[in-house]
Amino acid sequence: MIKTDILIIGAGPTGLFAVFEAGLLKLKCHLIDALPQPGGQCAEIYPKKPIYDIPGYPEVLAGDLVDNLMKQIEPFEPTFTLGERAETIEKLEDGTFIVTTNKGTKHHAPIVAIAGGLGSFEPRKPPIQNLANYEDKGVEYIIRDPEMYRNKKVVIAGGGDSALDWSIFLTDVASEVTLVHRRNEFRGALDSVEKVQELKNLGKINLITPAEITGIQGEGHVTAVEVTKKGEEPFTVDTDHFIPLFGLAPKLGPIADWGLEIEKNAIKVDNTLDYQTNIPGIYAIGDVNTYPGKLKLILCGFHEATLMCQSAYQRIFPDKKYVMKYTTVSGIDGFDGTRKEAPKAVVKAIN
Amino acid sequence: MSQDITIKITDREGVTHEVQAPTDMAMNLMEIVRSYELAEEGTIGICGGMAMCASCQCYVNSDHELPEMSMDEDMMLAEAFHVKDNSRLGCQIQMTPELDGLEVELAPES
Repeated sequence: MIKTDILIIGAGPTGLFAVFEAGLLKLKCHLIDALPQPGGQCAEIYPKKPIYDIPGYPEVLAGDLVDNLMKQIEPFEPTFTLGERAETIEKLEDGTFIVTTNKGTKHHAPIVAIAGGLGSFEPRKPPIQNLANYEDKGVEYIIRDPEMYRNKKVVIAGGGDSALDWSIFLTDVASEVTLVHRRNEFRGALDSVEKVQELKNLGKINLITPAEITGIQGEGHVTAVEVTKKGEEPFTVDTDHFIPLFGLAPKLGPIADWGLEIEKNAIKVDNTLDYQTNIPGIYAIGDVNTYPGKLKLILCGFHEATLMCQSAYQRIFPDKKYVMKYTTVSGIDGFDGTRKEAPKAVVKAIN
Repeated sequence: MSQDITIKITDREGVTHEVQAPTDMAMNLMEIVRSYELAEEGTIGICGGMAMCASCQCYVNSDHELPEMSMDEDMMLAEAFHVKDNSRLGCQIQMTPELDGLEVELAPES
């Protein structure tokens, strides 16, 4: 069981900054995120895109913002459960919570702060009839263990980096690799595109473009896929596995069933006070929440995280007195023993 | 003087809405759909309008001359689902006076 003071669900910019504000109050944080890396949308969708409305940064790349936040919170030693989705929540008699992920990891905390953005990122599934019937029976949306494909026939669909990179990688593992894409052009890195071209010329990748997978065949397990080239009759390709790699899209997912008040696909919170939800002890901050006048901006998420931490502190220590301090005045005492503080002015007599 | 234009948007339930769109606010079609709440929040404009998610895909049913497709939009549509010949990403269509009378239909959520 992982124990912490504030359990943050979602490691995007808002969740990461909450670690800093909690740290100033000597509260420890643990973050859960469905993605394998911190940063949320900033890291997953647009790491190389500039953001212009972060106060104090005329321009910052989304990926750099995440790197900076990670550096900023480092003294407060946040811990992470990555690549797992928060699935269920249970409120104990003492008012604390246990959150369990889809892989069964349990987390215990008096405060839960949902900073889930638009939800957890799930693979986008192509609209092929019967696709769901073959999930884990030859259809996989994410490659977890490449060894699974050792000496098997594999069909990959998609036109981005993951489709290209896995096609290249699996040529050394699978007995046969087929890559199907709706266009002749690919969106991935030039290196990867050139490598696929080379492997195609060597006969190691069977490249079918412009085409789409339009059907799946097999009794209980995939044995073939139906491929359709534009304007032509469909044909079948024998295969043991079909791996559609069309990127990820966020879905609110299991959080929608936690008994929280939901409106417009977001969690309703009290914005007159502390961004608490209808369940005391559970807060929602950043893009995942809604209230009158809500704006889904990173800078608003930072503000919400700050107020949430103050409220969380009062909830954990109802009898303690506390006044907000300026970091310039008090410095920062990391949980790792480091201390940052403003340099002291030197007074020196000259006469 | 800027003017509002009238566009017809058919939502994902098949209901057609005639709405007024300003042409002086640098708004795109995806933002018009969101401002009139014609698609559920969280199911459209997920990437914010960078042509990186295809959640604002729509079918253009009138013969207006539209801005040429950028490489980004073209490649995103190459990986989207339910794509037709008249598919465009709403976030890449800026509201301009020339688009008065535009008729579009939102593609299914995916």
